[in-house]
Parts: sequence; structure tokens; C-alpha cells
Amino acid sequence: MRQILEGSQAIAQTIKNINPAVISAYPITPQTHIVEDLAKFKADDKAKYTYVRAESEFAAASIVAGSSATGVRVYTATSSQGILLMTEVLYNIAGMRLPVVLTCANRGVSAPITIWNDHQDAMSIRDAGWIILFAENHQEAVEQHLLAYKVSEQVGLPVMVNVDGFVLTHTYEGVSVPSTNQVKNYLPDYKPAKGAFLDTDNPASFGAFAAPAYYMEIREELHDALVDSQKVLKREYENLKQAIPEVIKQSEKKAQVNNALIEYYGPKNPTTVLVAMGSLVGTVKDAVDEIENNAGLKAKLNINSVGVLKIKTFRPFPEKEVLKIIQKAKFVAVLEKAVSLGATDGPLALDMKATAKNETLAKVQSFIVGLGGKDITKKMIDKILVEIKKPGDKMKFINK
Amino acid sequence: MPTTTKPKSKKHLLASGHRACAGCGQLIAARTVIEAMGPNTVIANGTGCLEVTTSPYPESSWGVPWIHSLFENAAAVASGVRAALDSKGVKGKKTRVLAQGGDGGTFDIGFGLISGMWERGEDITYVCYDNEAYANTGMQASTATPWGSSTTTTPSGSGKSIDAIGSHLRKKDIVAIALAHRLNYVAQTTVGYLEDIKAKVKKAIETPGPSYIQIMVPCVPGWKFPPDQTLQIGKLAAQTGLYPLLEYENGELTNVMKVPTKTPKVDNYLKAQGRFKHLLENNKLAKEQIKYIQQIANDNIKKYGLK
Repeated sequence: MRQILEGSQAIAQTIKNINPAVISAYPITPQTHIVEDLAKFKADDKAKYTYVRAESEFAAASIVAGSSATGVRVYTATSSQGILLMTEVLYNIAGMRLPVVLTCANRGVSAPITIWNDHQDAMSIRDAGWIILFAENHQEAVEQHLLAYKVSEQVGLPVMVNVDGFVLTHTYEGVSVPSTNQVKNYLPDYKPAKGAFLDTDNPASFGAFAAPAYYMEIREELHDALVDSQKVLKREYENLKQAIPEVIKQSEKKAQVNNALIEYYGPKNPTTVLVAMGSLVGTVKDAVDEIENNAGLKAKLNINSVGVLKIKTFRPFPEKEVLKIIQKAKFVAVLEKAVSLGATDGPLALDMKATAKNETLAKVQSFIVGLGGKDITKKMIDKILVEIKKPGDKMKFINK
Repeated sequence: MPTTTKPKSKKHLLASGHRACAGCGQLIAARTVIEAMGPNTVIANGTGCLEVTTSPYPESSWGVPWIHSLFENAAAVASGVRAALDSKGVKGKKTRVLAQGGDGGTFDIGFGLISGMWERGEDITYVCYDNEAYANTGMQASTATPWGSSTTTTPSGSGKSIDAIGSHLRKKDIVAIALAHRLNYVAQTTVGYLEDIKAKVKKAIETPGPSYIQIMVPCVPGWKFPPDQTLQIGKLAAQTGLYPLLEYENGELTNVMKVPTKTPKVDNYLKAQGRFKHLLENNKLAKEQIKYIQQIANDNIKKYGLK
């Protein structure tokens, strides 16, 4: 049923209907509405899960790790400093191959302290071994949470769904949340294999100590599993589309490609591609539409054809899918709300440049935008379209 | 699940073949604890000697389901295990949850998480194997390190200041902190009394809600004594009054082990261990410390009614 919901409400209702056995969380702005709603469902007898109140994000992540290892479906959510505090556990969860699902209500990191949105928190666990998804809007957040559980339990990897703090968590829009029965149709009860969880009937040890003879092979296996999960993500996205079509973010007319990994919005073989993740993509699409509909502006910006590439799955990085879109382009501008301090480019741009290298003649350039909740205006996007055509490919901060 | 391993032996819940030192107090205590808990137990184990020596991939000494996540989170992982087991419903006998770690994981780095677990009132037995230092990393001081102990981060020295005596901070009183969380069962014992460990574990699991047992476990290389002296040192620790055997039920001190009428002096305990060797030297600073440590033992005897 389509309803007008706050992003946090849509996520909380989706989680309630997915019905994990154990939820544990610690409150942090802007994640709070999600975990408050989940606590309220419990208080109103609308949910069956056990809600374990944690005394820190570090504990919350550890609690869901313990529950997941005991063979039940789990959920947690956090933001910003909370992700940073969880980090040690998040690496551990991936290493132990636990199918934990986490929502990150994205927010910048301290110092200076900020409560507003960017993606620096998510980028801090880029290398942890998690599947990392970014949602553009409420519906895509709902879609990605369903996908997260379905994939995570199949491949034995944790999934983090990123939703922009405030921009998505605290705004209202029309969204379809799956009913309990619809969820059941798509997502069967979680039944881990015998001996693959903490079970007194089949004792097994988790979290072994690995000497050099084994450690590297185990980490390589984790990397391979993460890369291979792209196939499962794509397949399960198609299955979800069949099973509960209304929970999939509707494809826009201009979207030529839309799967679990990427979405491409724009003409075939664009000269210029704007790359972004999360809610920023909506603004970029709007800016591009405006240019298309305004011949004067189009001429002024000297635009031939421009498309928008949305990265939905950041890890594993979908290089093949990305390459197909940018192969014939001349200019690729990567807009991101994160910075890898001291690096040559933003974290997403680093992947984009690596993907493009030796495969396309396109110039790829990194543009840092919207840190700590700074508004990203269409004017700024127009400016980036001019900047990208200038010589040089040095990373630029676009503040206004 | 690439790093999940199966137990080597089904005969023992903590099988031999582990890599611990000969005479390791922690392994003796841990075996006693898990045998008293029984096979219907899930263990959450913090990082440390006990974890490293019993779980070298692809082997495991554990005959019960066992998880090691990190150094500081055994308590929270145990909370998660408890919640998951409870959500599955009780099939026959209720599965027990044991969280365990060393004094570093308990007194220091994991302390906040233990407080969180206790506050939630979950039915989990937490056992701290207290060897009074970070023994796994080479005997650095923790907040469980007692007065006068030489460790690698509080080394004894030839100087004249108090720094020369090794650690000059008092051991943190976790038993009191556990009681402040209104735990129904709190106990302290040493590896010198294996039957006492068994009895206390059994009482802990019979008591609903969280319980805490702290067991002194002498460390052969860290404390520097011959491997056949582990139990003897554990006994002396209790008999001098330095590490009394205590039991609190519903917040009340209900049982103590009395010290012998002819109570051994702390010198006997200190001289058995290399970590206190510097206190036996013939100088004023050292002599004052022995006097002070004797005073700690005497105070315990009075405080807990050990005579």
C-alpha cells in the first residue's frame, strides 16, 4: 500500500515486516527515528523481535554479531560517530561472515562536530568487507533493505544500507512498504546450515586465531566472496521486481539501466556523465533535466549530451557495469559527499578512475560537494559541467 | 563459513592439545569452569591467552559452541547470544551462556560493555580469569595489577622514587562494582581451590540473572615461578588474605573461606614470584612496600571477616 511516510518510518516498517529475531541499537542523530519507531512497535505488541537496548554503538554491533552467530536474523542502525565507534566490530562481522544488516543514516564526522549529512561515515568502513548500498529516495531504501537480507543470508556477508541523514530520514514522500506476507513471499525464514552457527547440538568455534599460513587465504576468500556477490545482488533485484513490484523504486522514463548495482539516467552514449550516490542523484537528475529543457542554458554550458550514473552498490564496486556507461564518454565528473583526506581524489572518484584507466579516453575528475550538510544547488552542478571541460583533472571542492 | 572449526575431541569440553604454557592457571580454571557449566553452554570469549591458545585455525579445543569476536566485547556478544537463544524458545533445558575474558578485558577495555550487560539483567555468567596483567602481550600492567608488582609497563627499577617499586596503584575492586549493579550472585576465588570454582559456577548458573565470578589465575611466565607452583600460589593468595574467597548472594556476603589461624605472612606469597623479587631487597623503600601489602591483607581479613 502506498503511503506518505517519513524515510525513517518507511525503513522501520519494512524492518518490522521483515521481522528479524534480534534488534540492537544505540541512539544517534539522525538515525533516532528508525530505532524509536522499532521500539514503539514492540511496546504496542506490533512486533515479535527482541529489542536489546545497547549502552553504545560498539555494544550494539557486538550484540547483533552474537545473535547473528547464534543463527538468527538481526538488525541495527547508526550514523556518523556511531559507525566510527562500531568500526572494529564491523570488520569482525565481515571476517566472521555474519549476515548482519545495518542502516547508516549518513552524517558527517567530527571534528568539527556536525549532525548534518554527508557520506564520510560510510566511507570509513569502505574496506571492511561489507556490501555497501546507497539509496536515492525512500522507495529505494525500502527496496535495498529487502535486497540486503535476501543477499546477505545467501552469501554470508553483512550489508550496510546508506540513507542520507535528514534528506531521507526526516522527509516525507509517497512510498510502498511490503506487508508481512509479501516479505515472506520473497524472503524465506532464515535457516543457517547445520554447524554454521552456535548450536549446542553441533558445537563449532567461531573467530579462530589464524597464523600466517591461513590468514591471507581467508582474507582473499572474503574479497572474492564480496566481488562475487554482484551476481547475487543482480539476480535478487530481478526476483524482488517479480515478487513485490511496488517496493522497487519506479524506473524513470530516462533511466536506460536500472539494476541492483547501478542506474543510468540519460541519453545513449553521453558525452558527459555525472556520477553520484544517494539522494544527491535526485538533484543531479533535476539539474540535467533543466539543462535539457532550456536551450539557452544548454548552449551557455556548451552541453552536447549529459547523463547521470548512480552507483547503488558501492562495495563490491560494479566496475563492469560502470564501464559500459562511461566507455564512450569524454567527460566523467564524480560528485561526492566524502573526502579521502590527503588522497588525490574522493573515494568514489578513485574507483571511477581505476575503472576508466586504459579502458576509456574519458577524463575523470573528482568534485567534493555537500560536506556536513552544505546545500548542493543546481547552479553548482552547472558549474561542475563547465569545470569538467577545463584542462587538468585535479580534485576540486565545490562550495558554491 | 571459512573460519568455523570443529572441536578436536568430544571427550572434553576443553580438550588438551591447546598451546598454553605448562602450569597455566587460566587453562586449569577455564577447564574447571566449563566442566561445571556442562555441554549445554555457549561461550563468548574475549581476546587473550585463553582464546589464542585454544583456537588456532583450523583447530579448536572447545567441545561447546564457542565464539571469539574481539578483546573488549565478550559481554555484549554474550548478550546477543542470550537474546538469540531466548528468541528461539526453550527446547528442554535452557542453554547457558558463559562470557569470559581476562582481567584486561574485564577491568579495563571491556568494562563499559560488562556494565551494560549487567544493567540489562540478562541470564549470563561472566567469568574473569585474573592474572593481574596483560599477560598475553607480555605482562603489561592492567588495573587489576596489584601494588608492588613489576610489569613491563610498571617495571621495578634502581631509582629512589616510588616508580622503582613497580605498580604503585591499588587494584580496582570489580567485585564491589558488580555488587553496585545489584547482581544476585558475585564470587571471588582462586585456581588454588578447584572444588570451590566448581561450586561457585554451579551456584552462579542456578541463580537467575547475571552473575560474576572472578578467579585469580597465576601466570607462569608473567609472574615468574616454576610451573608446578600454580595451585600453591593460588592457595597462598587466599590464605594470606590478599585474594580472599568470597561469595555474595542477593548483595549479602554469605560465604568466605577463613584464613588459617596461623595466617601466612604476605612475604611467603611475594617471595614465591619473580614479579615481586625487587621487594625482597634490603632497602627502606622495599621494606615499606611489604609492610603496606601486609596491611592490605590485614584490612581484607578484617573487612570480610576471614578470621
